[in-house]
Amino acid sequence: MGFYFAQLLTGLANASSLFLIACGLSIIFGVTRIVNFAHGSLYMLGAYIAYTLVTTIHAGPFGFWASVLLSAAAVALVGAVIEILILRRIYRAPELFQLVATFGVLLIIQDATLAIWGAEDLLGPRAPGLDRAVRIFGEPIPEYDLALIVIGPVVLGLITLVFRKTRWGVLVRAATQDREMVGALGVNQRWLFTSAFMLGAFLAGLGGALQVPRESVSLLMDLSVIGEAFVVVVIGGMGSVGGAFVAAIIISVLNAFGVLVFPQISLILPFLVMAIVLVVRPYGLFGSPASAHGAPPVPEAPMRPLNQAGIVAMTLVVVAFAALPVVDDGFILVLAVDLFVAVLFAASLHLIMGVGGMVSFGHAAYFGLGAYAAALAVKTLGLPMLPAMLFGPLAAALGAAVFGWFCVRLSGVYLAMLTLAAAQILWGVTFQWQSVTGGDDGILGVWPASWASREVYFYLALAVTVVGLALIRRIANSPFGYTLRGGRDSPTRAEAIGIDLKAHQWLGFIIAGALAGVAGVLFAFAKGSVFPETLAIGHSIDALIMVLLGGVQSLLGPLFGATAFVLIEDWVTRLDYWRFIFGAIILLICIAAPDGIAGGLSRLWRLVRPGTPRSGRPA
Amino acid sequence: MADDLLAVSGLNTYYGGAHILSDVAFAIGGNEVVALLGRNGAGKSTTIKSVMGLVRPRSGSVVYQGEEIAGDEPYRVCRRGIGYVPEERRVFSELTVEENLEVGRRPPRADASEWTPERLYALFPNLAERRRHPAGRMSGGEQQMLTIARTLMGNPRLVLLDEPSEGIAPLIVEQMAMVIKELKREGLAVLISEQNLHFARIVSDRAVIIEKGAVRFTGTFADLDANPDIAQATLAL
Repeated sequence: MGFYFAQLLTGLANASSLFLIACGLSIIFGVTRIVNFAHGSLYMLGAYIAYTLVTTIHAGPFGFWASVLLSAAAVALVGAVIEILILRRIYRAPELFQLVATFGVLLIIQDATLAIWGAEDLLGPRAPGLDRAVRIFGEPIPEYDLALIVIGPVVLGLITLVFRKTRWGVLVRAATQDREMVGALGVNQRWLFTSAFMLGAFLAGLGGALQVPRESVSLLMDLSVIGEAFVVVVIGGMGSVGGAFVAAIIISVLNAFGVLVFPQISLILPFLVMAIVLVVRPYGLFGSPASAHGAPPVPEAPMRPLNQAGIVAMTLVVVAFAALPVVDDGFILVLAVDLFVAVLFAASLHLIMGVGGMVSFGHAAYFGLGAYAAALAVKTLGLPMLPAMLFGPLAAALGAAVFGWFCVRLSGVYLAMLTLAAAQILWGVTFQWQSVTGGDDGILGVWPASWASREVYFYLALAVTVVGLALIRRIANSPFGYTLRGGRDSPTRAEAIGIDLKAHQWLGFIIAGALAGVAGVLFAFAKGSVFPETLAIGHSIDALIMVLLGGVQSLLGPLFGATAFVLIEDWVTRLDYWRFIFGAIILLICIAAPDGIAGGLSRLWRLVRPGTPRSGRPA
Repeated sequence: MADDLLAVSGLNTYYGGAHILSDVAFAIGGNEVVALLGRNGAGKSTTIKSVMGLVRPRSGSVVYQGEEIAGDEPYRVCRRGIGYVPEERRVFSELTVEENLEVGRRPPRADASEWTPERLYALFPNLAERRRHPAGRMSGGEQQMLTIARTLMGNPRLVLLDEPSEGIAPLIVEQMAMVIKELKREGLAVLISEQNLHFARIVSDRAVIIEKGAVRFTGTFADLDANPDIAQATLAL
């Protein structure tokens, strides 16, 4: 009895810190519609700053709590800088650009933190005055946990008070529903957005600062918390503060008891709960469909099939690649195969995103499924390379069929979050199912058949990629592709003319999954090994960056994007502080070319050759 | 005219590649009620949104009180004294009536009458009873009243009313007509977009008829009656 009660209290204490982070994320999303990937970084910054303050100022309980509040305020200032310098320029960009931009911010903050505080984990002191444990039902409960349990509801109460009783709060709630209307009523949204972002950052910083007495401060804090914070926001309903509170409690308490039954469950439990909630309530527990109002979307220029010149150009590119082994049979071939894998992966994501209009934050799941299936076919079933390769797309298609069935029932950010949850669940399974997947150690020794030399494998990969791309192109320009695009542009109209849109989207999801699986297979044999990272969030984001770098609105986009990504990554990762540089490059591209490399090039082309017709969206 | 409160000329607005407004031009005097008439899809809402800055016209001029405001952001346009009442009401459904009014509140203006919640509750008695109710739970007519009241809280000099009579009960339409006349009495200027010629005739001084994004007629209702074929060609269903 006492033990379970203690477990409950631990859960509630965790819920409080989770609530602080998630609630800031939710407020920011509600007002600005930005899914702030850098929110975990703000939390981490709060912890580092608090560590420095707490260990510098030794002034008992007062000094501790003052440090905590000061840290949160400092993070709020950092938030203001981020909002004013970066986000303000991209509010009109497609929401995925905003996500990628905040990911760039995450990378920059990670390296900035590394530069300032070093790579070592830092262990802060306990909170003065609250450093002991009290016995409740015979179990020792840290006093600090009890304080946290109080702080959560107090913050909820304060925020509710501000939201109900101040003009600012009323404006924030109004903007969460219909920000354009708020603007038309004379409210300067810039100021509102900056202040809402600052409040969100303050809460994240507060959450981080309050963690200092509980856990060591490390560079892993940002990504470790962001997944769970997303889950809480989505379960509670994006933009709902009360929802974030309830969801934080549900997740943390379930976690506290779940670990008793199955110790590793904390890796996937939140995502499992989220998947269930979203299937039952597509806008979370307390969410409502986001206001449909806003600037009328600029209709996209229809994608055109490649013309004669385009086909010639693409053929030349393929021929040039095919001639590569003449020039070099070493490193360049390896890099080229990496490039093929990336192009196919990005193009498959583009099929559901650009053509199908379904944003996936978890496309790596199907890449990873393909890679693992092929690797297991070799290692466990003892199959030769070619038959084993077939298992990849099959497994990926199967996985996409299962998860896609749920995903196509949602739309927008919620769909994206469910895809993220699906990928995270699969990642958790591969990570933990040691006996089959090898867990963290991965599966090693998945080399190509002996007849497939580096050169032969290069040609195989080239052929598979070309066929895959041709297939995607064919699909995009088939009646099926038109149906998907119609559904992307106007779901209601598509359904009104008798199209079973969900069935089409589901099929599109499965095809894209299978193609990502093919990319995974090529990857597995090229590297000779498979690790859980192939399914991780970071890898899904890589694919998103490639698609967005290239431009969502062009079928050639993924080609440019993947090429740029692979080349930049290959160059940059050799440098110190490569995250900082990479993040800065991402931000630069997001701000300078919100229509991607393909769009940016065509704008540049129009600049050089005025008189050529505009094809993309107006700049 | 030099003493026009608002003068729109040569306005061209596009949605992507679609040319919605072509060379729209009209003017509103300081205490005038002008009806912008036209069928569904003629470009009435787009005209109003272009004035308000909610869509950016590609070319043309919008002069308000002698200053060019085309391309200004909506909040700046509002702060100059132009109030916007959207077509689909767009009340903040989760906020109470009182809170909806609070969102619209702006400082009083020297050249416009000052509205307070109390004055608005007197004008719209239904809202007074429901001041603490979430706006989303009210009837369509009450929500329509609320959007007008919310805009008036900004003490506008010119009110842009987008299809105020659309989809509401006849009794409320009558109340709406009274409100528009009251605004004129207060010295305000009003631009209402309408499909209902009868309603427009009751409340407004002049008509501007727009068809397929271009102005087809400008003049008084007497002028319009003298040329029945114009109304037949541009408004009849």
